[in-house]
Amino acid sequence: MDNIFLYSGLYLAFLMVLPLVRIVIGPTVLDRMIGVNAIGSKTVVLLILIGFLYHRVDMFVDIALAYAMLNFIAVLAASRYFQKRKGLYDEATYM
Amino acid sequence: MIMDIIVCALLLCSLFFLTGGSVGILRFPDFYSRLHPAGKLDTLGSLLALIAFALFNLHHFSLMALLTSLKILLIFVFVSIASPTATHGIVDAGVRAGLAPWTKGQKRR
Repeated sequence: MDNIFLYSGLYLAFLMVLPLVRIVIGPTVLDRMIGVNAIGSKTVVLLILIGFLYHRVDMFVDIALAYAMLNFIAVLAASRYFQKRKGLYDEATYM
Repeated sequence: MIMDIIVCALLLCSLFFLTGGSVGILRFPDFYSRLHPAGKLDTLGSLLALIAFALFNLHHFSLMALLTSLKILLIFVFVSIASPTATHGIVDAGVRAGLAPWTKGQKRR
């Protein structure tokens, strides 16, 4: 069962590359924010997997809970901040 | 033994949804449609993986293990409240900034 968790964690770490490409090439700020949100929600799963690999789930589950809250607050605060910036998306709206 | 099979099946389903969400974020044509795989990845991928971890944690039953499993389910409850809120916040920011949706025939953004 440890091997299954190890390879799932490695595959999950590989899957984080795809939203990272969207963060790099995304045309607007909001596209980049979607990528950050996706990477954060994968990190929560990966943290509990690391906890099972180290046999210390009781410690890592608290870190994962704190990370989920941090990710949510960061995305919400960033979207509230960027909606006031009119004209920020000129690069995107001309197609 | 039967529990291991259930945990493996749930974990594989979760990895399937996470893969679909990641590829969808990369491939969909514009910003509003990209939120759809992002929402699937947030809710369904995390849900199946967290249920699998909570079941696997109850192998050696004790009060501490039960508490840890309840905490893992608490993460799921929090994610299922927070993820639609974050998605709605991002859509609201896009609408208020005047970002036009993609229609058929336009170039992919």
